[in-house]
Amino acid sequence: MEQLAQQLVNGLALGSIYALIALGYTMVYGIIQLINFAHGDVYMVGAYVGYFCMVHLNLGFVESLVIAMAACTVLGVVIERVAYKPLRRSTRIAVLITAIGVSLLLEYTMMFFVGADTRTYGVLPPFMEQSFSLGGVLITMKQIVIIGVSVLLMLVLQYIVRYTKIGKAMRAVSQDADAARLMGISVDNTISFTFAIGSALAGAAGVLVGVYYNAINPLMGVLPGLKAFIAAVFGGIGLIPGALLGGYFIGASETLVAGYWSSLYTDAVVFAILILVLIFKPTGLLGKNVREKV
Amino acid sequence: MLEIKDLEVSFGGITALKGISLSVAEGEIVTLIGANGAGKTTTLRTVSGLVKPRSGHILVDGKDITKLSAQARVKRGLVQVPEGRRVFPQMSVLENLELGAYLRKDAKAVAADLDDVFARFPRLADRRKQNAGTLSGGEQQMLAIGRALMGRPRILLLDEPSMGLAPLLVQEIFTIVSEINAAGTTVLLVEQNANMALQVANRGYVLETGKIVLAGTASELTSTDEVQRAYLGG
Repeated sequence: MEQLAQQLVNGLALGSIYALIALGYTMVYGIIQLINFAHGDVYMVGAYVGYFCMVHLNLGFVESLVIAMAACTVLGVVIERVAYKPLRRSTRIAVLITAIGVSLLLEYTMMFFVGADTRTYGVLPPFMEQSFSLGGVLITMKQIVIIGVSVLLMLVLQYIVRYTKIGKAMRAVSQDADAARLMGISVDNTISFTFAIGSALAGAAGVLVGVYYNAINPLMGVLPGLKAFIAAVFGGIGLIPGALLGGYFIGASETLVAGYWSSLYTDAVVFAILILVLIFKPTGLLGKNVREKV
Repeated sequence: MLEIKDLEVSFGGITALKGISLSVAEGEIVTLIGANGAGKTTTLRTVSGLVKPRSGHILVDGKDITKLSAQARVKRGLVQVPEGRRVFPQMSVLENLELGAYLRKDAKAVAADLDDVFARFPRLADRRKQNAGTLSGGEQQMLAIGRALMGRPRILLLDEPSMGLAPLLVQEIFTIVSEINAAGTTVLLVEQNANMALQVANRGYVLETGKIVLAGTASELTSTDEVQRAYLGG
């Protein structure tokens, strides 16, 4: 029982990170039907910006988090404007391949500048190294920070999407881009904004992971990126609640597999989940069957 | 007020509009009638800026808007109610109406216009929190019109508002179009239902495979043999 509770706490922390990344995947898919495979690498860049701020500039955790999010916002918008926007009228496969190209470009550009070595965030602020035990379950301060920051960002996102003008424009464009144009909504700006928000969340996830595992490298975005993509598909790609559900489900599955079985099998289990979802509910847990428009 | 000059539009190799010209004066209801595939919807989509013409010009108040974005055209008071209503299905009635006023900054006037729309369409007021996708076809059409009115159009472009609606509802929609026009909005109405369209319109154009083949006042068009035979079943 304690073991279960312990793994669920760990899963909640890991799931928060997957959920933050999955949100970016799902929002971008919702608005331009693109699986942005470079998204995991934006998360990696976020981790490095956080590293640079904390280790080289000696900034605090919160400042580093904010700077990393800002940097990733800019990066996301630039990627969209430079790589995807010129392909707006191309086939979906052309954009998808471009996304893979951007992904490789980010990975190896980063490697060129910082080298392939794993780096550590170093000594964290003392409050983050604390931990306490709750009925036999060990909860670290890092986990609380991760879960707290993630939940806060998700609430902010929810507020933006539901109540602000730009959030309504995002939903309008994802439901019917031409009708949105007829309202006077600039579809290009709305798409840029979607990339901005998704990338900011990925940047935050990067810093949180850097703090949690204390190890970053230029290829760190590949696997979490894929898993967050699976999380988005699991919940129903294009749906924000689906990304949250999928993120936490994948996080919990991983820690449970690692706790009860072996950490060697976590990746296999996650990909098996993807296969099962694609076979039995291809639209995801919350997705409805929508026929492809002709 | 709205003038279209020698407009040509092609998709791939197919020419959809082969140089059409028409005009709509302030305060008029002008209808564009024709069969399926004649190019009616293409004409409206080009006027709204969703489709780029190969050649020709679109003028509003004498100013060329052919190169302007769809957004800039909405700002100039050119608002379209698209074919098939195209409400945002997973947004509430209220949110749909708010999006109609997307470019407006005058919050007070927007609130007043919202009240007007709800007064004109009481059924929308009852369902303001409901998702637009759950409305009936007639209600969705009313929502689409209400949403366009929220943009304070000077020229309202209506694309087949009667499509798929029961006869009684069609009557209601056309009454509303007349009322909107009487309140000072110029209307360009695209319709397959030539009979109804010619009843409310001042003037009309008949479009056939991308060309305007007839033009005249509504009563002139109603009495021509060609229109009688081809569109009015007479």
